[in-house]
Amino acid sequence: MSRANFLRVIVVSLLLALVLRPEWFAPMFEPFTPPGAAVIYDRTSLLSLSLSHLGIVALASVAAIVVAVLLAILVTRPQGKAFLPLSRTIANMGQTFPPVAVLALAVPMLGFGAGPTLVALFLYGILPIFENTMTGLSTLPPATMEAARGIGLSRRQRLLQVELPLALPLILTGVRLSVVIAIGTATIGSTVAAHTLGEVIIAGLLTNNTSYVLQGGLIVGLFAVLIYDALTQLEASIRKRLGVK
Amino acid sequence: MIEIDNITKVYDGRPAVDAVSMTIESATITAIVGTSGSGKSTLLRMVNRLVEPTSGQVRINGEPTAGLPKNALRRRIGYAIQGHGLFPHHTVARNIGAVPRLLGWDKDKIYTRVNELLDLFSMPPDEFRDRYPAELSGGQQQRVGVARALASRPDLLLMDEPFGALDPIIRTRAQTDLHRIQRTLGSTILLVTHDMEEAIQLGDQVAVMDQGQLVQHGTPAEIITNPATEFVAEMVGGVDRPLRLLSLLSVSQILEEGAAEGEPIDEEASLREALSVCLWSGRNAVPVERNGNPIGRVTLEAIRSRAEGIHEPS
Amino acid sequence: MPNRIKSIVSGPGLFFTGLGLVALYAPFMTLAANRIVAGEGVPVWDVAGPEAVIPGFAGLLAGLALGLPAAWQVLRLTGAMIGIAALIWLLMEGSTSLLEGAGTYARVSLGSGFWCLLAILLLLAADALSSLSPGPKMRGALLAVAIVVSAMVLWSGVLTDLSIFREYASRQDAFFNAAWRHLGLAFGSLVVAAAIGFPLGVYCHRNKSLRSAVLPVLSFLQTIPSLAMFGIMIPLLAWVSSAIPGARELGVVGIGFLPAFLALVIYSLLPVVANTVAGLEATPIVTLDAARGMGMTRHQRLIQIQLPLGLPVMLAGLRIVLVQNIGLAVIAGLIGGGGFGTFVFQGLNQTATDLILLGALPTVILALISAITMDILVELARPNKMRHG
Repeated sequence: MSRANFLRVIVVSLLLALVLRPEWFAPMFEPFTPPGAAVIYDRTSLLSLSLSHLGIVALASVAAIVVAVLLAILVTRPQGKAFLPLSRTIANMGQTFPPVAVLALAVPMLGFGAGPTLVALFLYGILPIFENTMTGLSTLPPATMEAARGIGLSRRQRLLQVELPLALPLILTGVRLSVVIAIGTATIGSTVAAHTLGEVIIAGLLTNNTSYVLQGGLIVGLFAVLIYDALTQLEASIRKRLGVK
Repeated sequence: MIEIDNITKVYDGRPAVDAVSMTIESATITAIVGTSGSGKSTLLRMVNRLVEPTSGQVRINGEPTAGLPKNALRRRIGYAIQGHGLFPHHTVARNIGAVPRLLGWDKDKIYTRVNELLDLFSMPPDEFRDRYPAELSGGQQQRVGVARALASRPDLLLMDEPFGALDPIIRTRAQTDLHRIQRTLGSTILLVTHDMEEAIQLGDQVAVMDQGQLVQHGTPAEIITNPATEFVAEMVGGVDRPLRLLSLLSVSQILEEGAAEGEPIDEEASLREALSVCLWSGRNAVPVERNGNPIGRVTLEAIRSRAEGIHEPS
Repeated sequence: MPNRIKSIVSGPGLFFTGLGLVALYAPFMTLAANRIVAGEGVPVWDVAGPEAVIPGFAGLLAGLALGLPAAWQVLRLTGAMIGIAALIWLLMEGSTSLLEGAGTYARVSLGSGFWCLLAILLLLAADALSSLSPGPKMRGALLAVAIVVSAMVLWSGVLTDLSIFREYASRQDAFFNAAWRHLGLAFGSLVVAAAIGFPLGVYCHRNKSLRSAVLPVLSFLQTIPSLAMFGIMIPLLAWVSSAIPGARELGVVGIGFLPAFLALVIYSLLPVVANTVAGLEATPIVTLDAARGMGMTRHQRLIQIQLPLGLPVMLAGLRIVLVQNIGLAVIAGLIGGGGFGTFVFQGLNQTATDLILLGALPTVILALISAITMDILVELARPNKMRHG
C-alpha cells in the first residue's frame, strides 16, 4: 500500500470513529471541557448531523452541476453566443459575493431551516462550475474540433462525444471548488437552523465548550479534506486518460 | 583567440560532450553543426559556463575561463539564441542596452551605442528605440537579439540556432546581414546550427559534432570535398556537393577577358548563381560587372571544369 | 426573418426586458408595523401618488426598452442608468408617502420587485459595458463615478426613511466600528499573508522539494471549512496565551480579533504562495536563458525579469485573497471578532431582515469594489507588449 493510501485509510477510520463512536475520544477532549459540561456532544446523533450535512451538500451540488453545465452549453452554442460576454461577467462578479452573505440574504426570502441553506449552496455552487465549463467548452483545441467536423459528426455528436469529454477535467475542477465551498457554507447553515455539523461548533462557541468546537471542526474538516482528495484523484485519473495536463 | 581544450561534459554517466578540442581564431565565424543530441549546444554553453564542464578548459586570449566569476565572464561574451529571448517588458533600446547597463556604462554612452547598433542593423533608432518586442516582426526581433548580444563589444559572440525560428526568406537575409556585420566589426563568432547549408554559408570554419565528439573541423571546402566520416558525408549530402562547393566560390575567381550577351551579374555573385543564370537563360557565357561596369565574362565551360576539380584532392 | 430580428434586437436585452416586465408585478416595497414582523407587499404603482409614480414608472420602462437594441451600447448603458435613477426616485417618493400616517414604529423595506429590477438593470449595464470592453483606465474612472454618485445619494439623506437606514441610524457608531474592523481583518490579513507568502513563494520557486512539501499543506488548510477553522483558532490561541509566558501581555487571547485574523492569514497563504510560484514560472525559458547568458545574477534576474513578468499573476493571487477574506471576515462576527458579520448574525437571531442587510450589503459591495479594482490593477501590471501580443 502506498503511503498516500495508508494515510487515507487512517483518515477514513478516524472520521468513522469520530462520528460513530465519539465516546472513545472523551479522554482526548476532556482537558478542553469546562467543569461540569459534557465532553462529547450528545444533543443529536453525530451520524444524523453528518448525513444531513452531506445530504444538503450533495443535493445542492447535483442541482448546481446540472444547471451550470446546461447553462454553459447553452451560452457556448451559436444561438447563445450573445449571452457569452454577459455570462463571463456574471460568473466573475457573482463569485465575489461572499457565500455567507448569500446564505444570510436567502433567509429573508425563504425563512429559516434547510431551505435557505440549500438555495444558497445551489446558487453559489453554480458559478464555479458554470465558469469552468464555459472555459472548457470555449477553449477546445481547434484542430480537434476541425477534425470532428471533418469526419462528419453532427453538432449533438460533437458536443457529447468530443466537447464535453475534453472539457471534463475543467468541469470537475469547478465541481471540486463548488463542493468544498458548499461543505463550508453548509456548516454556517446551522446558524439559520439547518441541521448540519455546524451545530456542534456553534453549540461549543455559545457555551464556551472547546471540546465541542474541536469535535465539530475535526469532523467537518476531515469530511472536506477527504471529499477534496477524492475529487482531485478522480480529476487526475481523467486527465491522465485524456493525456492533458 | 578562443581555445577549447579537451573539454568533456558527463550527464548521468554518459558523455554529452566527449573530449573536444578546437581553436577559434579571432575575427572569424566558426559554425558547429550536428544533429539534435550531438552535444553542440552543450559545447557552446560550456564556453560561457551556462553549463560547467566536467573536465577540460576554455581559454579566451590565453586566460582560462574557469578562474573568472561566472557573471563577469558572461558579460564579456555575447549570447544570442533561437527565439531571440528578448525581454518582453523592456523596449528595444532597453533590451539592447541590457549588458552595458549590467557593466555600469553611463547613460549617454549606452544611448549612443544603442543607436549605433540599430543603424548597423538598418532599424532607424527614432522608429524602433521605444517599441516593445511584441510590436516587431520575427526578423526584426532576431536582429534586436543579435544587436543585444553585440552591445558591449564582446570578445566573443555565441549564437545558438540564432535563425532557427525564422522563415526561409527572412532567414537568408539575416544570414547575409550577420556576415556583413561580422566583417564590418571583426567579431569572433561561435555559432551552433543543425543546418549544414547555413554552416557552409556562414562559417569560415565548420566543426561537425556527432554523439558528443568533434568528428571534423575545417574550412567549408574541406568539409565538402573531404568528409571525414560517413556521418559528415551524409550531412553534406551526396548529389548536392558540387553545387555547395560552387556556392562557396565567387565569379571573380574564374573571371576571363571578353564579352558576352544578355543580363550581367556582379563579380561578388557565387559560381552557383552564375551557373543558374547560364542554364536558365540558355547562354554559354554571362557578362560580369563591378559596380555596374563590365569587367569581363564567366563561361559555362569554366564553371564546369571548376566543379569537376572537386574530385581531385586539394 | 428571425435572423434579421436577431441582428437588430439584443438577445440579453430581450431577455432582461421580459424579466423586468414580470418583476414590475412583484411587490416593490413592503410596509410593516414594526421592524420584526413581516411586511405587506406594495406593488410599484401603489407606492405613491400618480404624480410620483408615473415619471418613475416611465423611467423604468424607458430604461428596459433602451436595453433592447443590439447596437448602440452607450445608449443601452444610459438606459440602464435612467432605470436605476427611476428606482431611486420611486424609493424616495414611496418611503415618504407609505410612512405617512402609518405609525411611529412602521417600517418600509425594499421588496423583491425592487431587488429584481435592480439586478436586471445592473446586468443590463454589465452587458452593455462588456460589449464596449473599456480599457482598465476607463473602467477605473467608471468605478469611481459609480462610487461617488452612490455615496452622494446615500449621504443626501433622501433614502433615510427606508428601514435599512433606520437600522443604520440607530447604530451609526457600531457600524463604523464594524466597518473598520472588517477592513482591518480583510486588508490586515492580506498584508501579513503577502509578507509571509511572497518570500515563501520565491523559496518554493527555487526549491522543488520545499514546494512539494508546502503547497499540499497549504491547500489542505484551505479545504478546512471556515467555521471549523475559526473555531479551532480559539482554543489554540487560548492555549498559547496561557502556556507561553508574556503572550497574554502581547495581546494574544483566545477570543475576538486575533483568532479571526489568524484564520484569515492561514486561508490567504495558498493563493499568495501558489500564484507567486506560478508568476515566477511565467517567464519564458528562452528569456531566462538569455538573461543568464548575458551575465545577470540570480537576484537581478528575479528583480528585473521574473518579478515584473510575473506581477499580473501574483496580483491575481492577491485579488483572490482579498475577495475571499472580505467574505470570510463575516464569520468573525460569530466568534466575537467584529466586522459586518456582527450585524448579519444579530439580524439572523432577531429575524430582522434589514439588520442582516446592513451587514451583508456593505460586505458584498466591498467585495465587488475590491474585485473590480484588483482586476484593473492586474491589467495595468501587464506590460504593454503582452496586451499586443
